[in-house]
Amino acid sequence: MTVERANPSGELRNAQNVEANVRQHQEHDAAGNSKFGFIVFLLSESVIFLSFFAGYIVYKTTTPDWYPPGVTGLETKEPLINTLVLVSSSFVIYVAERYLHDKKLWGFRLFLLATMAMGSYFLFGQAVEWQGLPFSYQSGVFGGTFFLLTGFHGLHVLTGILLQALMLVRSFIPGNYDNGFFGVEATSLFWHFVDVIWIVLYTLIYVWQ
Amino acid sequence: MTNISLEAPEVVRGQPYPGAPDNWKRFFTFSTDHKVIGIQYIVTSFFFFLIGGTFSMIMRGELITPDADLVDRTVYNALFTMHGSIMLFMWTFPVLVGLGNYLVPLMIGARDMAFPRLNAVSFWMIPVVGILMLSSFLVPGGPSQSGWWAYPPVSLQNPTGNLINGQVLWILAVAISGVSSIMGAVNFVTTIFRMRAPGMTWFRTPAFVWSVLAAQLIQLYGLPALTGGAVMLLLDLTIGTSFFAPERGGNPILYQHFFWFYSHPAVYVMILPVFGMYSEILPVHARKPLFGYRVIAASSILITIISGFVWVHHMFASATPGWMRMFFMVTTMLVAIPSGIKVFGWVATIWGGKIRFTTPMLFALGGISNWVFAGITGIFLGSVPIDIHVNNTYFVVGHFHYVLYGAIVMGIYAGIYHWFPKMTGRMYYEGLGKLHFALTYLGTALTFVPMHPLGLMGMPRRVASYDLEFAYWNVIASIGGFLLGLSTLPFILNMVSSWIRGEKVGNNPWRAYGLEWLTSSPPTVENFEELPIVVSGPYGYGRNQPLVGNTPNPELTEFPESLTQQQTS
Repeated sequence: MTVERANPSGELRNAQNVEANVRQHQEHDAAGNSKFGFIVFLLSESVIFLSFFAGYIVYKTTTPDWYPPGVTGLETKEPLINTLVLVSSSFVIYVAERYLHDKKLWGFRLFLLATMAMGSYFLFGQAVEWQGLPFSYQSGVFGGTFFLLTGFHGLHVLTGILLQALMLVRSFIPGNYDNGFFGVEATSLFWHFVDVIWIVLYTLIYVWQ
Repeated sequence: MTNISLEAPEVVRGQPYPGAPDNWKRFFTFSTDHKVIGIQYIVTSFFFFLIGGTFSMIMRGELITPDADLVDRTVYNALFTMHGSIMLFMWTFPVLVGLGNYLVPLMIGARDMAFPRLNAVSFWMIPVVGILMLSSFLVPGGPSQSGWWAYPPVSLQNPTGNLINGQVLWILAVAISGVSSIMGAVNFVTTIFRMRAPGMTWFRTPAFVWSVLAAQLIQLYGLPALTGGAVMLLLDLTIGTSFFAPERGGNPILYQHFFWFYSHPAVYVMILPVFGMYSEILPVHARKPLFGYRVIAASSILITIISGFVWVHHMFASATPGWMRMFFMVTTMLVAIPSGIKVFGWVATIWGGKIRFTTPMLFALGGISNWVFAGITGIFLGSVPIDIHVNNTYFVVGHFHYVLYGAIVMGIYAGIYHWFPKMTGRMYYEGLGKLHFALTYLGTALTFVPMHPLGLMGMPRRVASYDLEFAYWNVIASIGGFLLGLSTLPFILNMVSSWIRGEKVGNNPWRAYGLEWLTSSPPTVENFEELPIVVSGPYGYGRNQPLVGNTPNPELTEFPESLTQQQTS
């Protein structure tokens, strides 16, 4: 038995629309799916940070001797410079993305490289800070949460830099970004996410002392 | 104007994806076809179900007498830990993901999941998790003994001093299982949001798809919290941080918050797809539209939201402040509202319907009745005074096994029987199915009902030996447990023999609405010859309304009486 297609609903008024809708559906709009899926993934990822943040707040508000013996607080100046560098890099990667949008590959590469440099500066600054600290991850829950939060975030920064390196290398493959550049968009989105998390983290650990 | 065929193509066995082996061997390959992955999930999880079940048989064997005479206490601790861990991480979650994987793309008119390769990777992590869990039997000190919840400080003990110990392996397994589940959740949510067939509006989407969406949203917001807690526990165990170690300033109660923030909603991750299956099965076998479909669909999302605010009811006895107890008691009670809405919807669906007591229908009805019972004892446990009285007793064990076995496992059986003809193109043997149901229903009652009086009498859980006064109910529970073990035999026999030589029954043996029944059985590569355009909701029984195209299919109005008579004769 064969039957004719009906107009299924108000938004699909005529057969042409239906055809277009089916065609689009058959192609599965892979880039759109990827973007949607990546945003869902980032939302889920943010819950891991939220759980760590919640843990930090609980520990800080309930632990009688919060700082280990001999520690009165954290130095804020250098982490602040680090913060400024990382947050600015979000704008730099945005500019890189715009260049790619306008198909200006060299501008894209230059600004992506600048983002990587800023991210690396942040990691270097964090390594220097870690080395000079008078406490370790074994110094009570303060030490543990400090290194857990900054370390887990640092791991994300490193992942972001590696993704950027990958996008940079891919930009040298001819025609690679001719039909959309989801990878770059995802990398950029990830970088913004890492920045937002750092702002919350900086406020919790360094500002709220 | 293009024509669309309501007649599905000829049954074509094999070729789930281009170049795939045309036989059972394809289930051992890295397939990206959601149907192959679905069956891979279901079969793998069933293998672990039998292992977890064997552990419970040994435990019931131990508990048939008051003394610890069959296994010693250490082995007993390891057994209940691995039983719980395997049943949750290796059976219930994976089998439901498998059913979801198989059915969701078919039900929404998609060619595959949104991310087929990610889907395959998610599946292949499951055997790794299983190997990690079971390999803990081989390391010095044996498997973790701290229960599936791994509460510190018990879980922080490391008598062997080895870095690789049962507890560390357990955490790694749970972490990998978590990664697999999050990837799966991203896949499901993207698929359901973006790949529904043209014309399939939200309120034309089957209730099962709604419930899978609701469950996967819980995975996305809940699972990361457990992962966070597990990472901290792992660091405490391995490098000497002190997040949860009380003797070094840590807070073990915080772990319980992390753990239950996920692990209570996890119950809904498991039960919601089963609710969805009940909602699909009842209309077909009672030939009536799903009563209150929109409300049932919306109640799934309501459960998702409320379930994020109930976790402290597991911690009423954990030095929880009074205000917290009150708040979480109220929120726990609130979950009963959307759950109750569903039950009333199901009862109203079968009310006045032409009910056929086929095996899936029997399992669905049995599962719902068990769920009602489990829900009532759940209300008891949500109430602070009763919970504190029966905390850590067999009452709790009885309650959650009634949920997990009574409602969820029976729901899974219902789903497997109902969609078996779709997956294989063949019908199962009705007689064996009914025997399976009878043994399962009776076994569930005999095993888990006695645990309620045992709990009220004060028998603690997680013990290998007990006072003589508890012996009577324990003997009954053990007999019931062995009956449950026995009940899986007709199921395995039925599935294997029916798949090989069951009667071929065509594409839509139940004469059911729903897109999955419009394609061949088993469905071919990419599911549909031509993607359907949906014109009405999925439960048009008795209304003779078209689902696809503009002409109703008269066949769908009647249940194939001949089929069930043939099967039972």
